Amino acid sequence: MTPKRKQRLVIVLAILVGVSVAVGLTLFALSQNINLFYSPTQIAQGEAPTDTRIRAGGMVVEGSVERSTDSLQVRFELTDYGETVPVEYTGILPDLFREGQGIVAQGSLDGNGVFQAVEVLAKHDENYMPPEVAEALQASGKMPTPEAEVFNK
Amino acid sequence: MIPELGEYSLILALCLAALLAVVPLAGATTGNRLWMSYARPLARAKFLFLAVSMACLVQSFLTDDFSVAYVAGNSNTALPYYYKFSAVWGGHEGSLLLWVLILGGWTWAVAAKSEDLPLDIVARVLSVMGMIAVGFILFTLLTSSPFERLLPNSPAEGGDLNPLLQDFGLIVHPPMLYMGYVGFSVAFAFAIAALLSGRLDAAWARWSRPWTVVAWAFLTLGIALGSWWAYYELGWGGWWFWDPVENASFMPWLIGTALVHSLIVTEKRGVFKSWTVLLAIFAFSLSLLGTFLVRSGVLTSVHAFATDPARGYFVLALLGISIGGSLLLYALRAGHVKSESSFSLLSRETMLLINNIVLVVVCLMVLLGTLYPLLMDALNLGKISVGPPYFNSLFIPLMSVMIIFLGLGTVARWKQTRVSQLVAKLWLPAVLSVLTGLAVPVLAGEAYDIRVALAIMLAAWVFFSQLRDLLSKVRNKSNPIEGLRSLARSYWAMQLAHIGVAVTIVGITMVSVYSDARDLRMAPGDSIQFGPYTFVYDGVREHKGPNFVSDKARIRVLRNDAMYTEMYPEKRFYNARGNVMTEAAIDPGFTRDLYVAMGESLGDGAWAIRVQYKPYVRWIWLGGLLMTVGGLLAASDPRYRKQARREARRAQAQGGMKAQAQTQESTA
Repeated sequence: MTPKRKQRLVIVLAILVGVSVAVGLTLFALSQNINLFYSPTQIAQGEAPTDTRIRAGGMVVEGSVERSTDSLQVRFELTDYGETVPVEYTGILPDLFREGQGIVAQGSLDGNGVFQAVEVLAKHDENYMPPEVAEALQASGKMPTPEAEVFNK
Repeated sequence: MIPELGEYSLILALCLAALLAVVPLAGATTGNRLWMSYARPLARAKFLFLAVSMACLVQSFLTDDFSVAYVAGNSNTALPYYYKFSAVWGGHEGSLLLWVLILGGWTWAVAAKSEDLPLDIVARVLSVMGMIAVGFILFTLLTSSPFERLLPNSPAEGGDLNPLLQDFGLIVHPPMLYMGYVGFSVAFAFAIAALLSGRLDAAWARWSRPWTVVAWAFLTLGIALGSWWAYYELGWGGWWFWDPVENASFMPWLIGTALVHSLIVTEKRGVFKSWTVLLAIFAFSLSLLGTFLVRSGVLTSVHAFATDPARGYFVLALLGISIGGSLLLYALRAGHVKSESSFSLLSRETMLLINNIVLVVVCLMVLLGTLYPLLMDALNLGKISVGPPYFNSLFIPLMSVMIIFLGLGTVARWKQTRVSQLVAKLWLPAVLSVLTGLAVPVLAGEAYDIRVALAIMLAAWVFFSQLRDLLSKVRNKSNPIEGLRSLARSYWAMQLAHIGVAVTIVGITMVSVYSDARDLRMAPGDSIQFGPYTFVYDGVREHKGPNFVSDKARIRVLRNDAMYTEMYPEKRFYNARGNVMTEAAIDPGFTRDLYVAMGESLGDGAWAIRVQYKPYVRWIWLGGLLMTVGGLLAASDPRYRKQARREARRAQAQGGMKAQAQTQESTA
């Protein structure tokens, strides 16, 4: 092998090794960090694993939000109009959080079937729900009829 | 009348873009100089009509013409005039019009600034940009025209701009970001023109370098502004979320950064030529992909305005045509490109190659993390999301590797460097950065954190290696001041941008590790201690804004028990849409921000309040600003113009005008 070819071989090998290490690391990191989404029905039927980071989404049940009087702990129920799941969360809820609205919570299911949320997301405006929630509601056949037009409300 | 005029101008612009896409290119292929010479006037006229179209939309917004559906959906009579103006790009349709306007602007700038380039190259470049314009103007007109009317039942009042977007950040963030996104179309057009002409030499790299670096600078600024906006407007003090929409702008930046560096090697050494072309194609393709991700509605976030499948398919088709077409062209033409020089394993070329590889790998990893959930969803394998830990655990180690090579690459020589040279130059910076890294966590005064030590070592490494290189450039001169003056503008640009990287690393590290946040229930009179600062909550008062009402809290801040400042966080209620918005109060500082935001009312005057201490958070954006200035400075280096002129003469001489060349020789 000429020195020039040798040099090229070294470069190509270095790139190959680098890329395969990167791909390996990526796949490993990905497998550790994907959060699956479950609907309340799936959770109630025991399809969701406990003590694993998952996402749960649905509509917040009207009248179910209970605030603790001396801390920021809050408890509410999440429904897809089929089943409901109790959720506990400590902290500040997003501005768009309201009873009767769709939200997605990130957290894990404890042994008592209570969803311990570490993050509550409500990334939508008032006549729009997160796509996961919309799909879960459609799956359970409980999709509410959409609200009126945005304009002139 | 005005909106119709706008739509009409847009249609005219489309016709001009179509001519621009065909005529000059046909001229360049057949050697018809007249056809080629149409490129510049067509580019100018196209920009003019796009500007007229935009002006019409602005006019509709400023005069509250709610018979225009887009205005009715995104504006309101109570909106202050500057938000009416920025509401123009507050929604899908208007931001697309801004996109094509900026594309028109870049095309016009290339037409105006290219007098030194050979005519056939100018014709090809402008034609390629015309093709892109045809695609996007068609997209705007067919699926998302901002000029559509709501007649005869036009509403008396508009639906208002999303309150999140009623902010200074939104006035400037999208235009800057688009300047960057769309700016890569120039690098792309030059690459395609080089492939079409078959002249894939160092000249095209020289021509496209200033354009690319300007686009990169705007993109950097756009991303920094977006991060700053998220920090103060989304209400909770986060500055980067690895949100798909952020990733959509970050991926072109990563490839753009690789491209800016690879162009240097191609220009100076004549190697990596086909690789650089490929990067130019990828940078613009990722800009298109970003547009697709944000505009098609496959993502939900504050940025994704509408979900209309037709739009998604249209952008996907555009994406397919441009990426597929350019890669096909690349495959046909780039195969037999020869390097003009060689380099040894230990040289600046290799260091920059490593920079490129790392950036491309990081980009692939971001791409995978962004598209994986979409892919899983499309294949019905479940709804998943990929969390920030995935991105962080890969991004940080990979970038650390690149930072080490940043220092080595600056000092290394082209073609060949000896290990002894590197050691002689860099042992002192290495020792100094290790010492700085070890010292900073001690000075920070909290529990010793090894992550801080390592990250500060990297930042210090960048700083000291740049300084070392500067010193060695000056040292040979008899007079140091003279020496500093004699350095090229592009050299200072490199220094600034690299120091910017160091500053950003410091900011990210300090704010990630030493931030302190507490959520708590506060009743009037309650207080909380944060280091030397005490926050006393005095209660809430009602306040009325132009188009909202708000609960405004007063929080007194004491420093070492002496009065320091007062902060007024707000909870706003926007009447038109019934939206609630958190408006945080921030006390900014060079070394720390104090950040207070209100959660919700808990009754009896008590509120849920989040108090945060954010050390060095401003450094993140300061670094971005330094990189931007560096980029703009590099592009303004007079060297480019001189070289371009020389290059153009040479190209013309090679262009078969043998007789002319001979006469020149004889006169010489």
